[in-house]
Amino acid sequence: MIALATPARISLRGAARMHTTPLRSFSASSISRNTLLFIEHKEGNINPASLVALTAAGKIGKEVHGIVVGKQGETDGVVEKATKVSGLSKVLHASGDKYASNLPEPLAPLLQELVSSKGYTHLIAGHTAVGRDVLPRAAALLDSSQVSDIVAVHSEDTFERPIYAGNAIAKVKTSDKIKVITVRGTAFDKAALEGGSAQAEAVDAKDAESPTTFLGEKINQSSRPDLATAPRVVSGGRALKSAENFEKYIEPLADALNAAVGASRAAVDAGYADNALQVGQTGKIIAPELYVAVGISGAIQHLAGMKDSKTIVAINKDEEAPIFQIADLGLVADLYNAVPELLEKVKK
Amino acid sequence: MLPTPARQGLSLLVGVKRCVDYAVKIRIRPDGKGVDTDVKNSMNPFDEIAVEEAVRLREKHKKEITRIAAVSIGPAKAADVLRQALAMGADDAIHVEVGKDAVLEPLAVSKILAAVTAKEMEKNADEKEAWAWHLGKQAIDDDASQTGQMLAAKLNWPQATFASKLHFKGKFAKGEKVEVTREVDGGLATVETTLPFVLTTDLRLNEPRYASLPNIMKAKKKPFQKLTLKDLGLEEDAKPRLETLEVKEPPKRQGGAKVGSVDELVSKLQEAGRI
Repeated sequence: MIALATPARISLRGAARMHTTPLRSFSASSISRNTLLFIEHKEGNINPASLVALTAAGKIGKEVHGIVVGKQGETDGVVEKATKVSGLSKVLHASGDKYASNLPEPLAPLLQELVSSKGYTHLIAGHTAVGRDVLPRAAALLDSSQVSDIVAVHSEDTFERPIYAGNAIAKVKTSDKIKVITVRGTAFDKAALEGGSAQAEAVDAKDAESPTTFLGEKINQSSRPDLATAPRVVSGGRALKSAENFEKYIEPLADALNAAVGASRAAVDAGYADNALQVGQTGKIIAPELYVAVGISGAIQHLAGMKDSKTIVAINKDEEAPIFQIADLGLVADLYNAVPELLEKVKK
Repeated sequence: MLPTPARQGLSLLVGVKRCVDYAVKIRIRPDGKGVDTDVKNSMNPFDEIAVEEAVRLREKHKKEITRIAAVSIGPAKAADVLRQALAMGADDAIHVEVGKDAVLEPLAVSKILAAVTAKEMEKNADEKEAWAWHLGKQAIDDDASQTGQMLAAKLNWPQATFASKLHFKGKFAKGEKVEVTREVDGGLATVETTLPFVLTTDLRLNEPRYASLPNIMKAKKKPFQKLTLKDLGLEEDAKPRLETLEVKEPPKRQGGAKVGSVDELVSKLQEAGRI
């Protein structure tokens, strides 16, 4: 009896829906009105920023499907990992040589086609270098006014995002049919890598010629934690005076704290540190548990990249430096004395 | 009269935006719907880099870079940043003038810039002429980082975003190759793309020059075109899709506490469980 009653109830619901949305009556059951998450990956691992974007996607309140793309053979392991991620109900995947290296010219049309043909209402990704490159191109193809770098979800169409280097937070409501969104990597928790059981589904990889070819990359090799996601960060500024000092004072302290190394723009421009380490409006935006700013004055553009850190420590000999206005613990001292002393005591 | 010989080369279009100056400490408007922009404004720093790169390219390839046009969309005062671009070395300016309170999202800007491109390409209908856009990677007011990518999509041109190095490999003609080093998470990536294309500039591409006084004077005589959204047929298409419900201060930090010694610092950090 029960087995008979259940399908009957479902068909009744279906009829009711057909009644209220007559335009879609014949396809209401096959078209899903869900969120599509672009899953970024590298060397077989899902980018943490995509896991953060998934949490934001969950707050929109719709089923979330992921899309994994990449070179042939490169996607299999990632798809398998993605099906286990908590919060995803389906993992679409497409592989082909043109999808290697995340070139936006073939990726954006693929995303556009998936969103249009499968009826997604939201397209979402992390606000990473790849997300920033690909999503706006897809948004333009979808004629959608993208909402970048969101830090809060109020409802399916209302979001918060920082503007003016994080000195103001704007709450915006989009009237676009398809909402294209990128998510700040520090604004939400990461979705768990375990606990999910999504279905995997291959989608057609169209043969699109790309006018762009990827020639290669130079990624900074480091045994230290990744700056974007490290729980602790030690950053150096202009006061370090040289690359040698940066190496001598900042790096050992970072290692002793098991922290990532960051830098201010001044330190990067002066050649003391690599530009991939830059923290700020135009560099990385991070929110570690502990941020130690050494010899950094605290310009607006730098603060934009780290002021959401849980605990901020500043070591600077200029007691008027603006960094002290936001530091939880400020030490007015010459870094050349204070850092070695701190290193000694941390090691104990 | 002899027909004018076809001018083969590269026409560079450079997008410049007038923003609240980066050094200004912004204030939220009392109505809570935006930020007070009646303060010192200047050219978006990334756009200065875009103009500089165009000018340097011409300094290296005098004959091949046939034109550098600076383009801005905004109220009457946006003319200031166009004058600055002219003083830095652009040949002519195109100002798409909108009302003082007009809100233009990157999507609308990309449509307007695409329409300007079509108009300019039509005027200079030389099949071999190559075109490229230089734009900043983001404007420091809305921090969206969308316009270049959207413009590339609208024009169906390739894009090279967050560029820190640019190298034209072949001739300056349609279909020729350009090598671009891009700043990506964790390091640098190099791509090769083809003309025409859209470039967005990162900080380390170059160091923009200051306009000299004689050049500022000369800039006043350079051609200055004015257009409206109506001229481009985009009055409807440029309407905003996003409504700003509220602009508020970010959560304030309880900073300012100082410690007297490294020992005190270490013990406070231990207390807080941070080390």
